[in-house]
Amino acid sequence: MTKTDRLVKDCFNRHALRSALAMFICIGLITGCNDMYDSSRIKPLEKNSFFTDGSSARIAPEGTVARGRAVNDDLLSTGRVNGRLADTFPFTITDSVMARGRDRFTTFCTPCHGRLGDGGGMIVQRGFPRPNSFHTDSLRERPAGYFFDVMTNGFGRMYSYAPSVPVEDRWAIVAYIRALQLSQRAEASTLSNEDRTKLFRLAQ
Amino acid sequence: MAQIFHPSMRVISRASIIVVFLLVGFVGWVSWDMYRSGYFTDVNVPKEQPIPFSHEHHVNGLGISCGYCHTSVEKSAFAGIPPTHTCMTCHSQIWTGAPMLEPVRASYRTQRPLEWNRVHDLPDFAYFNHSIHVKKGMSCQVCHGNVNMMPLVWKQSTLQMAWCLDCHRQPEKFIRPVEEIYNFEYRPPQDQIAFGKELVKKYDVKTKQLTDCSICHR
Ligand code: HEC
Ligand code: HEC
Ligand code: HEC
Ligand code: HEC
Ligand code: HEC
Ligand code: HEC
Repeated sequence: MTKTDRLVKDCFNRHALRSALAMFICIGLITGCNDMYDSSRIKPLEKNSFFTDGSSARIAPEGTVARGRAVNDDLLSTGRVNGRLADTFPFTITDSVMARGRDRFTTFCTPCHGRLGDGGGMIVQRGFPRPNSFHTDSLRERPAGYFFDVMTNGFGRMYSYAPSVPVEDRWAIVAYIRALQLSQRAEASTLSNEDRTKLFRLAQ
Repeated sequence: MAQIFHPSMRVISRASIIVVFLLVGFVGWVSWDMYRSGYFTDVNVPKEQPIPFSHEHHVNGLGISCGYCHTSVEKSAFAGIPPTHTCMTCHSQIWTGAPMLEPVRASYRTQRPLEWNRVHDLPDFAYFNHSIHVKKGMSCQVCHGNVNMMPLVWKQSTLQMAWCLDCHRQPEKFIRPVEEIYNFEYRPPQDQIAFGKELVKKYDVKTKQLTDCSICHR
């Protein structure tokens, strides 16, 4: 082997080795970083093999109450006072509560009960059993707590809405149902002048 | 000592240096484009699901509002994916024999949750929050496209940082009145920028801090 040969070889070996090493470290770093795309933090409802049912979202064990969820108000959380359905509301009904009630009623109840609460909603037209209209004497005479109770515990073929509608919103819906019931048999003469002209304009 | 390289190699070596630079540039350009392209980010690719749940059918056809199923979108970071109970409020009575819906009924019987495939999935190092966007007049449509017309959901936006920043730099281009966020027929007014600036002021959107790294990387 000549001197030149050795020089070339030496040179090649050292440089090649170093750059190869550097490249491997770089690749390692880049791929290593990708772990941060899916770190051990769990997103809501993400799958997790720690529990046997594979779900990271846990259901609270029976008899426990989540922090901040304790309600010591029977009327607010059950619609009952001393075990009997109440005909009062747990808080005062303001304009904003009424607006909220309308919004929630439109989202959760109109698919079956219809915009007016007459029971002719879209899902009923597609074959769901038809519920009674809210504008019958027997439903008008029901106490407010009755509507709350139906939403909370379900009624016959109607499932409970407690999982999707929080208690305050359920009461807001009750208030709106009361307004709907009133709207279907209110005398035009009891309206303010302004509302009456609006009504007549709409009716034409 | 003999010369290792012949003088004529000079031209070749210079040329090869230039070629190497061009090549690196080209590869870089192609991969950058691929990285941002729909192919790499799955934009506009409908995602297969264990049950062919159709937003087009349920939202456009039946008029069910987004909030019926995505209950927490207005009040938490997470929009919420409906539990089996929600499907059963209707499917306990409707299409009760359909084989297509057997996984739903099985899930309800066994109390084992349905496993949907995620369509949108930000890296864990980026923080996103639905409630703030929805409260400040950002519509589902702006970020998710016309979900009401999707038989299977696909991603309309890349969800890359540049996409977030496009809006965080100029929210007035996209903002609309809060009452209109679920309205998929909404048409922005002619003078959107002026109108948008007014809304930005009205909803107190803090445009100055919206591009701070710490807002999304906390
Ligand atoms: C999926 C369809 C559906 C939805 C959505 C729905 N309901 Fe019902 N509801 C029914 C049916 C059907 C009945 C009658 C059940 C029966 O008789 O087996 C009923 C019954 C009722 C009753 C009792 C009526 C009576 O005759 O005493 C009330 C009150 C009521 N619903 C209120 C509500 C409210 C409030 C909401 C919104 C939170 C709501 N429902 C949402 C289908 C629905
Ligand atoms: C009847 C219930 C229901 C309604 C109403 C509904 N969704 Fe969904 N949505 C689902 C289910 C179930 C999934 C998960 C399966 C899937 O991705 O298709 C989902 C998924 C999504 C996703 C993709 C989530 C992901 O994996 O990244 C988006 C976005 C979405 N919905 C937006 C909307 C919007 C916007 C509306 C209103 C126009 C709406 N949804 C109405 C049930 C519903
Ligand atoms: C508010 C009522 C309602 C809810 C809630 C609901 N569905 Fe449906 N769904 C319907 C109706 C009604 C039909 C039949 C439509 C028709 O007859 O045109 C239907 C049809 C379907 C079909 C048949 C295929 C199609 O779209 O044509 C599938 C699958 C389905 N639903 C899955 C689901 C799943 C999964 C959920 C829960 C995330 C769900 N649905 C929640 C009312 C509902
Ligand atoms: C500013 C943009 C933006 C708006 C507005 C928006 N979303 Fe999203 N949405 C996202 C992003 C980003 C994700 C992915 C979040 C993640 O991976 O953590 C997402 C995820 C989702 C998911 C999957 C579950 C979750 O929270 O990760 C659903 C469902 C959803 N959005 C529904 C909606 C609905 C319904 C609306 C309208 C009320 C809406 N989104 C408005 C950007 C938006
Ligand atoms: C269409 C417009 C739009 C898009 C797209 C958008 N945002 Fe926003 N974002 C806003 C607006 C408007 C606010 C409200 C700012 C305020 O109230 O000061 C906001 C607020 C936020 C906040 C809360 C800021 C705070 O002060 O706490 C976070 C976090 C955030 N965005 C993250 C994201 C991420 C991550 C993405 C991309 C995945 C994204 N946003 C995409 C418009 C947008
Ligand atoms: C509006 C929200 C938002 C802001 C503000 C923001 N980022 Fe990001 N950033 C994101 C999101 C979302 C991603 C994830 C993109 C993806 O899917 O790869 C990201 C990804 C990154 C990445 C990883 C790059 C990649 O392609 O994987 C780096 C580095 C980064 N951000 C740095 C910054 C720095 C530095 C700042 C401040 C100058 C900043 N970000 C501000 C939302 C934001």
